[in-house]
Amino acid sequence: MKTTDATDRGGDVRLSGISKTYGSFTAVHPLDLTVPQGSFFALLGASGCGKTTTLRMIAGLEEPSTGTVHLGDQDVTALPPYKRPVNTVFQSYALFPHLDIFENVAFGLRRRGIKSVKKQVEEMLDLVQLGEQARKKPHQLSGGQQQRVAVARALINHPKVLLLDEPLGALDLKLRRQMQLELKRIQTEVGITFVHVTHDQEEAMTMADTVAVMNGGRVEQLGAPADLYENPRTTFVANFLGTSNLIEAEVDSTSGDDIVVKAAGDKLVLPAERCSAATTTGGKVLVGVRPEKIGLTHADEAGTVPEGRNRITGKIANTSFIGVSTQYVVDCAACPGFEVYVQNIDRDPRLVPGADVVLHWNPAHTFGLDAAQDIDAGVAEEEAA
Amino acid sequence: MTFVNWLKRNLVVIAGLLTLAYLLLPNVIVTVFSFNKPNGRFNYEWQQFSTDAWKDPCGVADMCGSLSLSLQIAFWATLGATALGTAIAFALVRYRFRARGAVNSLIFLPMAMPEVVMAASLLTLFLNMGAELGFWTVLIAHIMFCLSFVVTAVKARVMSMDPRLEQAAQDLYAGPFQTFVRVTLPIAAPGIAAGALLAFALSFDDFIITNFNAGSTVTFPMFVWGSAQRGTPVQINVIGTAMFVVAVLFVLASMVIGNRRNRRKA
Amino acid sequence: MSTLTEAPPPLAPAAPEKKPPRRRGRLTPYWLLLPGILWLVVFFALPMIYQASTSVQTGSLEEGYKVTWHFATYWDALSEYWPQFLRSVAYAASATVLCLLLGYPLAYLIAFRAGRWRNLIMILVIAPFFTSFLIRTLAWKTILADGGPVVGALNTLHVLDVTSWLGWTAGDRVLATPLAVVCGLTYNFLPFMILPLYTSLERIDGRLHEAAGDLYARPFTTFRKVTFPLSMPGVVSGTLLTFIPATGDYVNASLLGSADTGMIGNVIQSQFLRVLDYPTAAALSFILMAAILAMVTVYIRKSGTEDLV
Repeated sequence: MKTTDATDRGGDVRLSGISKTYGSFTAVHPLDLTVPQGSFFALLGASGCGKTTTLRMIAGLEEPSTGTVHLGDQDVTALPPYKRPVNTVFQSYALFPHLDIFENVAFGLRRRGIKSVKKQVEEMLDLVQLGEQARKKPHQLSGGQQQRVAVARALINHPKVLLLDEPLGALDLKLRRQMQLELKRIQTEVGITFVHVTHDQEEAMTMADTVAVMNGGRVEQLGAPADLYENPRTTFVANFLGTSNLIEAEVDSTSGDDIVVKAAGDKLVLPAERCSAATTTGGKVLVGVRPEKIGLTHADEAGTVPEGRNRITGKIANTSFIGVSTQYVVDCAACPGFEVYVQNIDRDPRLVPGADVVLHWNPAHTFGLDAAQDIDAGVAEEEAA
Repeated sequence: MTFVNWLKRNLVVIAGLLTLAYLLLPNVIVTVFSFNKPNGRFNYEWQQFSTDAWKDPCGVADMCGSLSLSLQIAFWATLGATALGTAIAFALVRYRFRARGAVNSLIFLPMAMPEVVMAASLLTLFLNMGAELGFWTVLIAHIMFCLSFVVTAVKARVMSMDPRLEQAAQDLYAGPFQTFVRVTLPIAAPGIAAGALLAFALSFDDFIITNFNAGSTVTFPMFVWGSAQRGTPVQINVIGTAMFVVAVLFVLASMVIGNRRNRRKA
Repeated sequence: MSTLTEAPPPLAPAAPEKKPPRRRGRLTPYWLLLPGILWLVVFFALPMIYQASTSVQTGSLEEGYKVTWHFATYWDALSEYWPQFLRSVAYAASATVLCLLLGYPLAYLIAFRAGRWRNLIMILVIAPFFTSFLIRTLAWKTILADGGPVVGALNTLHVLDVTSWLGWTAGDRVLATPLAVVCGLTYNFLPFMILPLYTSLERIDGRLHEAAGDLYARPFTTFRKVTFPLSMPGVVSGTLLTFIPATGDYVNASLLGSADTGMIGNVIQSQFLRVLDYPTAAALSFILMAAILAMVTVYIRKSGTEDLV
């Protein structure tokens, strides 16, 4: 495959002030974005958030209303798709139904006037383990095989950037997990920049180096998967990536690097650096914590909870046994429907619906968000996905 | 009791087959009477078996000439209507443009208009322009009324095409022309072929519009119409039977080839 | 690594605004449409206007015609030829109903019961198209011939007594009667009913029948409540495809009918091609067009399938 030396920046994708409007509807608000050479970049969001439109503008299938697209130093904004060194793996693959697998894969080479394609195509088909299927038509292959043909058809052209539009959306769960690893392996092997569009947060986090979470035509937050998960800066990101418990609270005081807030009588502490909202005393903030960070102790043993941890009390409303963990829904004064995931190491038989419990967690795991946002943003989308 | 139940269950099958018989009965008559040796000018009553007409199908003055004229007109009308209609179908499905409603109505109206109205109005146009009625006026008329049917057939196919296929082609370095020739056309081909076949059948068999606009030119349907007044030669039945057999064989052959190809690939 | 900022709002007048380049031709659809649409405008729409103008002209063949806004032509034409108009509508409506009654079982048979015979039956439905319809219509002269087996059987069963009493046939004859014309019309346009019916029946998921049966519907109730409503688009387009051409047809009335079964098409044809009374012919044709368009519009509205077009 093509080798890329570190100084070659030809695979950088640089979007400057790029936007797309259809009539009065703005699909993508002006955004600046740089995807560095060789990275695996994911655009994550619910359907209609503008992620596919952004991808199609990079491919040249959609003309931006404003702004420019650069590949390395080259301005490709005015280039039609067939002149861009970029290839796409389409949603539901778009394999040519009238051509066999071999000809599908050879299509790009032939269009560029390359005569002897046999060797390259066969190598490529071997890479995706489809050498035997070369003379079959696309409809005779399974979903996973079609997906691999689509990848092979794009990669054989050695594009500077490979664009993937929901490439795994049509596959069942098991196959999807397998293909995620497969794609990641191929990307590492060929070193091409991958830009991957998906609505599946798990898929984005497993595969990508960098994830941009999009919502309503804007990038809400961008960063490494772990960073996004641990430090969400908006309620949308907090709810769309995994689950967050968000508590409406009032700023009580600030002491050193910490902020102390009050929520329904309970005092909670969070690090100032993990709060993306303005914190004036008496102002509102949303305090968040992930369900798996929380310890759950029966009220009878409240005394065993170490000092210095954030704690609130509540009553278990519901439990569901998942296997590796048990998920509890706890009603608290500050936050009804508080979610807690506890690993099934030593299960406490008293933790059943109706039991009074103490919830406690390390203040360092707390994050703060601007209270002016919709507290439920991103919740419904995740359920729908 | 079991018979009544059987009848109940298969009532729709029996009724359907009776309708099929109703549809096919005239073709049987046409075939049988192509072996008749009629008394007098009309071939409506069975007299005796004869293969005379089959031995000399062109033995009637002007008949084979009219047949060849009809084939020529059908050929050119198919070509014209398919080219124009395919272009319209693509524009309708693939592009946004002004006056879409007007264009759609203009396509739909010829199909919702009795033929005699189109025939009569076209004749007033030709008379007003002082055009000489004949081959060209018939060809113009045939392209006109076949056009809408081609648009409908091709549109259905193009609409079911995934636009991402063409985008994929563009993404894979095929320019607009290459995309059209390598991807769009092959995938739309069945729809275009269906439209062309329909146009050919419509043009070849058209009588009413042709009758108004042909002047003294005689197509095959006009020849048959004329002979219904003057006397029907047995050769008409020979031609009718031959057309039926050729059509059925053609369709069967294409089906067998299609099946075999599918099986080989599977 | 990656950087992201909201782009600053564009400074409107100061910075020269760079318009996105126009790659794809905005004119392409118009070029594609132009030849075909031009053809239809010149040879379909324009003739309609010529015809409208001819219908209000007076004059003679020798001296030429002039537009004199002589609307009386319409009144004269209607008062002289209203029986033919009525007959056209009555014959076409009867043929349409017969086509629906005969065509539905066959379409249903092909869609749900034919199994591996489906393609063969389809071919047999379409194949007659390839024999000139005039030749096939003439075959009905043989089938319905006086004293032939069909007429003989109908006579024995006393069917002809009933139809004669209704005025559909005359004495021992079927040929040259309204029944023969309706029979020919039905035969000629039956495939136009069957094909759209089949298309919409074929789209119905067979499991719906099972679901209806599972929910206590007897076969006939299933048909009435599930199958038939779902096939409505086919029924509507089939009836239109049958009724419209049948109304304007004059071939069946000429070949199988008599002077007493003349339809409006026969009148238009003879006025145009034999009598050469162009204004009257144009007026009749215009009335026919208007009547059909009005009926079709009302019908489509009533049946609630406007997206049919």
